[in-house]
Amino acid sequence: MDHTSPLEKLIRAALLAIVIIFFMFPIAWIVLMSFQTNESILRIPPSLIFTPTIENYVALITGEMRTAAGSLKLDFMRNLWNSVLLSSASVAVSLLLGVPAAYAFARFKFRLGEDIAFTLLSFRFAPPLLVLLPLSLYFKTLGLTNTYIGLIWVYQLICLPLILWIVRGYFEDLSPDIEHAHRIAGYNWFQTFWKIAIPLALPGIAAAGLLAFIFAWNNFVFALVLASADKQPVTVGALAFVTASGIQYGQIAAAIIFSIIPTFVLAMFAQRYLVEGLSLGAVKG
Amino acid sequence: MNQLAIRSLSKSFGAFKVFEGLNLAADSGEIVVIFGGSGTGKTILLRMIAGVEEPTSGHVEIAGENATDVAPEHRGIGMAFQNFALFPHMSASENIAAPLRAARAAEAEVESGVSRVARLLKIDHVLGHTPRELSNGQKQRTALARALAAEPKILLLDDPLRNVDAKLRFEMRLELPRLLRQSGATVLYVTQDYKEAMALADRIAVLSGGKFVQVAAPEDIYMAPATLTVAKLFGDPSINMVETTVRTAGKSATVDILGESVEIPASYAAYAGRKVAFCVRPEAVSLAHKSDGLHCEVQAVTPLNERVVLLLKSTGGWEFLSSLPSSAAIPTTGEKLRASFASKGTHLFDLETGERLDG
Repeated sequence: MDHTSPLEKLIRAALLAIVIIFFMFPIAWIVLMSFQTNESILRIPPSLIFTPTIENYVALITGEMRTAAGSLKLDFMRNLWNSVLLSSASVAVSLLLGVPAAYAFARFKFRLGEDIAFTLLSFRFAPPLLVLLPLSLYFKTLGLTNTYIGLIWVYQLICLPLILWIVRGYFEDLSPDIEHAHRIAGYNWFQTFWKIAIPLALPGIAAAGLLAFIFAWNNFVFALVLASADKQPVTVGALAFVTASGIQYGQIAAAIIFSIIPTFVLAMFAQRYLVEGLSLGAVKG
Repeated sequence: MNQLAIRSLSKSFGAFKVFEGLNLAADSGEIVVIFGGSGTGKTILLRMIAGVEEPTSGHVEIAGENATDVAPEHRGIGMAFQNFALFPHMSASENIAAPLRAARAAEAEVESGVSRVARLLKIDHVLGHTPRELSNGQKQRTALARALAAEPKILLLDDPLRNVDAKLRFEMRLELPRLLRQSGATVLYVTQDYKEAMALADRIAVLSGGKFVQVAAPEDIYMAPATLTVAKLFGDPSINMVETTVRTAGKSATVDILGESVEIPASYAAYAGRKVAFCVRPEAVSLAHKSDGLHCEVQAVTPLNERVVLLLKSTGGWEFLSSLPSSAAIPTTGEKLRASFASKGTHLFDLETGERLDG
């Protein structure tokens, strides 16, 4: 039965509309900007009426930026590829290391266990710049400056603690009896981890992986300091739009649209894993 | 040879001792019920036998071999958990098939094995369902089926009827003994329900205060409880008790029940002067209008199944219960009678040690 009055429905709709407008406005504005030339963006007063152009997108794809001062080389597509590569590789490495570690922290009591887990979390407390200075010196010595491997390694500072702590919580929520039952049924430790713990924690692993991906994707300062142009992700690459002859707003907007797409697609895909409650009903509460 | 034995098994968490020096042996095909209240460590004991919990000291023997270094998957044990612990992402049939697949059985064997136990437990119509779609009773049966599937030599059942409704519990109490006998396994069955224990057990091991206070056949536990605790745990309505002292007069022995002297078998004369708990089972209390016996008055009459329970009060104020068959002549509330106590259901326990005194 529906108990909501028409007035309540109306208020609810109005509130929802306000929230949606509030959050969607910047994105809508950027979408509009990306189809305008710099001149029409900067005209005063601003107007919603303009002749759409795909010039900005063409410039990004072809890698040629025409400004008032002339044509500039642009490596945006390369940056985008770097972002995809760095973020996915970092998350993959983090999952590979973090998920088993999370399981260990959740299930086994060992000496200094809590301290190690907390130390890993504390990596997220320190301002990145504090870490970067000594790190850049080490990287120079080790020959890791401006390499994908070096960056993926540093990105573990972002991804690993996140995955470790989120996934650990999920493992802790699983009833150990389910795993015990599987062991007693005749499976060894690893089979139980693989067939029971991982599938049941999958929503958590997916959520942690997605979050880690977004954090890695949005990182700016590590790549700025430790990599040069050909290895830099979009966040750093966007600096190129600030040219001697002005800021290329239209192209920035188009670049933003491009760089949202991967995380957006990933979030849509992971959504079905994010639905919790897979383990409900297995254990009497 | 014992199929299963535990040797001076102890478990403590820090300074807290759950139990200490437990010894128990079970023969092939024997059903041993481990009975005890909550928090006595029954579940921990089963987990240790299954190998998923480490004992603080002592060890478990399976088929005469020390199993300390044997991993849970190699112990050849089937176990049903109190919370069922079904694999939530697998169907009921995959749950039941798990132990068979682990033993690398051929697909045809897995199928026939699953359908055999499913038919036995009457869950063959829900095999395709996931645990979430099963009722509590079906979950419980699935868990039991999974434990039985690989025909283990040892079966550990951790209060499997705890989380099912009363009707199903009653049905299962009738079905289980046959099922367990059929499996031929050595069964350790944990419960806090004394009726379940009496119905299922070849022997009952009463766990209390961190040790087995009595390990004996159900009749012996009931008729000759080793301690006051055991006497109180078994029986519904529970045993009547009053604190008193044994006295002797010539050859006979008596106890004083709040000012009134009651004769007890002369063999108790040896305990003259001993402070005791005088205990009598409600069904051993008989009531009559006669010249001897404890004076008492009926306070309340409550029918309970096929028996009637009477609350009585002696002249001195001792309140006790009598349980009579419904077919007997039932006194009415307010009626004054004399009560006498059949020696078979009457026990004296030392008040200090709690141990039963032989009469």
